[in-house]
Amino acid sequence: MKKIILALALAGAFSAQAAEFTQVQPDKSAINFTYKQMGVAVDGKFKKFASQLNFDPAKPAAAKATFDVELASVDTGAPEGDQEVAGKPWFNTKAFPTARFVSGTVKPLGGNKYEVAGQLSIKGKTQDVIVPATFTTQGNTGVFDGSFTIRRADFSIGEGTWAKFDIVANDVVIKFRITATSK
Amino acid sequence: MNYTKTAKILHWLMAILLFGLLALGFYMQDLPLSPDKLKLYSWHKWAGVTAFLLVAFRLSWRIAHRPPALPDSMPKLMQVAAHAGHLLLYALMIAIPLSGWLMSSAKGFQTVYFGVLPIPDLLDKNKEVGDLLALVHKSLNLLFIAVLAGHIGAALKHHFIDKDDILTRMLPRH
Repeated sequence: MKKIILALALAGAFSAQAAEFTQVQPDKSAINFTYKQMGVAVDGKFKKFASQLNFDPAKPAAAKATFDVELASVDTGAPEGDQEVAGKPWFNTKAFPTARFVSGTVKPLGGNKYEVAGQLSIKGKTQDVIVPATFTTQGNTGVFDGSFTIRRADFSIGEGTWAKFDIVANDVVIKFRITATSK
Repeated sequence: MNYTKTAKILHWLMAILLFGLLALGFYMQDLPLSPDKLKLYSWHKWAGVTAFLLVAFRLSWRIAHRPPALPDSMPKLMQVAAHAGHLLLYALMIAIPLSGWLMSSAKGFQTVYFGVLPIPDLLDKNKEVGDLLALVHKSLNLLFIAVLAGHIGAALKHHFIDKDDILTRMLPRH
């Protein structure tokens, strides 16, 4: 009898550990960004993105994530700003409607910390990025939180009169919260 | 009786600054978005903070230094109107920069004095509140222009029609 209980407990523990988080909850997730405009920190966000996620905390090496951010869903905080960044000098959303992040290796850093190496493609340009993130679970819900900095010039975001960094800084901090449930 | 040198300097310095702020404010809002537009908005905000600091100093100076009395030749009603007009000018010189600062906060663009000194946001980002405050800021400025027109008109009337020293006592080296 004891053996059976032990076996069941082990099986239970194993299945809990083996939980794979795959169902991203868009309403509980957010992709925000912050940049500096003449010394003033300005926040914005992307309202729409699609994603594919396979993340099992027990098997981080097998983790996979792909995010496709709809660039036209940008909210810069001002309607004229939204219109401007959709245009050719910025995202050129007609030619390049989405930004894509594809994960590479996921390195566990201990505790609930991870480092996700990946490739970010915006406006036809691809760059390697390192994304530090924490992952916290509650029941069958897991939340990724993290932020990383990109340089807009690496992706030709803001060309022509905007190319200098005196008004809009080069560094853009991408901050995200991705909530996913396991099946 | 004459105004103090400090009062005169503050008056004319603010006259130049406020005319510049008004002109810039009405000019910049219709510009298409460009780096220059963002630059002008920042300058307008910095100048607005400066105007607020100046009016705060000016008010404290005025409280400590009584301005010269109005001439007895002025009817009582006109004297009351003159004091009410000045009170309204001071109220607007305080309310207008405050409304601009609150509008910036509500619109999500913090005011950072000269790009280095952040002025705290009293309001959270909120589109409806931001739009409302933009209307308040504009309306207060239209009212300010009307009161300014009265102020300048009255000063000219005193000089050319009443021929008293109301205008000249605010001029430099009088």
